[in-house]
Amino acid sequence: MTTIDTSPRAKWRWGVIDLVVVVFALIPVLWIVSLSFKTTSTLTDGNFIPRELTFDNYRTIFATDQFVRALINSIGIALIATFVAVLLGMLAAYAISRLNFPGKQALVGVSLLIAMFPQVSLISPLFDIERRLGLFDTWPGLILPYITFALPLAIYTLSAFFKQIPWDLEKAAKMDGATQGEAFRKVIAPLAAPGVFTTAILVFIFCWNDFLFAISLTSTEQARTVPAALAFFTGESQFEDPTGAISAAAVVITVPIILFVLFFQRRIVSGLTSGAVKG
Amino acid sequence: MSEGARAERRLGWLLCAPAVIVMVAVAGYPIVYSAWLSLLRYDLKFPERREFVGLSNYAVVLSDNYWWTAFGVTMLITVVSVAIELALGMGLALVMHRTLVGRGLVRTSALIPYGIVTVVAAFSWRFAWTPGTGYLANLVAPDGAPLTERAGALAIIILAEVWKTTPFMALLLLAGLALVPDDLLKAASVDGANAWQRFVRVMLPVMKPAILVAVLFRTLDAFRVFDNIYVLTQGANETSSVSMLTYNNLIRGLNLGIGSTMSVLIFITVAIIAFVFVKLFGTAAPGSGAEGRR
Repeated sequence: MTTIDTSPRAKWRWGVIDLVVVVFALIPVLWIVSLSFKTTSTLTDGNFIPRELTFDNYRTIFATDQFVRALINSIGIALIATFVAVLLGMLAAYAISRLNFPGKQALVGVSLLIAMFPQVSLISPLFDIERRLGLFDTWPGLILPYITFALPLAIYTLSAFFKQIPWDLEKAAKMDGATQGEAFRKVIAPLAAPGVFTTAILVFIFCWNDFLFAISLTSTEQARTVPAALAFFTGESQFEDPTGAISAAAVVITVPIILFVLFFQRRIVSGLTSGAVKG
Repeated sequence: MSEGARAERRLGWLLCAPAVIVMVAVAGYPIVYSAWLSLLRYDLKFPERREFVGLSNYAVVLSDNYWWTAFGVTMLITVVSVAIELALGMGLALVMHRTLVGRGLVRTSALIPYGIVTVVAAFSWRFAWTPGTGYLANLVAPDGAPLTERAGALAIIILAEVWKTTPFMALLLLAGLALVPDDLLKAASVDGANAWQRFVRVMLPVMKPAILVAVLFRTLDAFRVFDNIYVLTQGANETSSVSMLTYNNLIRGLNLGIGSTMSVLIFITVAIIAFVFVKLFGTAAPGSGAEGRR
């Protein structure tokens, strides 16, 4: 019989293993935080913990248009893309999980194909198409590919969530005289809200994270997001070591992710695993 | 067909239409267009020399040493990092599943690498390995600059990939782990199986579908490796992946013809990998409704 060993020794052992995991996960994050608080003179001393603390790096980046502009772009583009992707994903996921219509399997298959698509394959044609249409280096120029690549994720996660909703309630609503549309709005939507919210977080993280589209389809501060701008911090300041500034900027865009993870850990886990493996 | 069924069908199409239109317009059409571009001589530096050249771009790319080096590097990174991730991810999944203390803490911290922006993590690793600045460089390689030599740089790229994506692998495996019935483990234990035997004979077979899906996801994802290489080495010392090479030809070299040819080749490679997984290993395509069931 496997009885679970709950002796203090077993707890200690698990405690040590847990600690290893936590340290492994956090060290690179703590390191970049540490760099962001170092003074110029101690930046290259190689110490993990800063000897002197300063906010100068943060002051520097928020004083430059380069970073502030990129931050606004990042937030705006990610929010709009998330909103649209989740909205369109919701409509499609509802149809997939609830309705019978020809072409349903094809749709699931095609969106799966896109999810596994090498994004770099789209860079060449999109670069050319967007230059012709005047979308190159604009917000919509990034929002559109983000929506496209987030849609499979959204459709997937949302249909997994929608399948768990007690649909008898919808039937009951329809029996009470509601149309299919009303049943969706008034009964199902509130029940679906947690799943929708989880999906929104995952999609937001995806958009927030993107680098390839961001550096390929932008060329100026007009639409360049923070990950792309970070890469350009390096080249431009030849005489000043940009390490501190890059670290501070990196910490700023990491904060929202850490907050999401802290508050919505359970949801993110269920969202990430719902689409891939179902029992 | 009844009126109701017809209405349901119309509603289904109507609800899916916006998503389908966007995916076709922004992914479907461009991939076809890129196949067309790959048949042209099309260099934005000399746009007037644009002309149809058939498959000659493919001949150029496929006989090019840079392409095959990048292809080898990409394969190496993919295979090594997915293998390490599978082993570590399995360990992490077991820890998250079994740990007696701090389960929430472990799960939360494991999610941080998943959520963090890849470029941010890549910078953290770059600074850590920069001689003088970095704690790792001073600790592990006080005399060298590992990022400036090929083997060291590749190892660091793999390290960065593994750190970033092991949690994702672990979460997918964890979902598979939850499918292993406790009764089965108990029965095996009664029959005298030790922990390792229980793992290999009971857990692995039950988890096989989940493992295959996780490995497929990660393999296709690892094959696209770009962000880490861009930040860590810029592809110097023959550390370019195929994505990096395509980007360089396209955005830096402005050669749309060659860039598109590489795009199509990458697309074909990814399709072959997916096909091999599905046909050879019988990975249930996620969404087909067959996954996790036997």
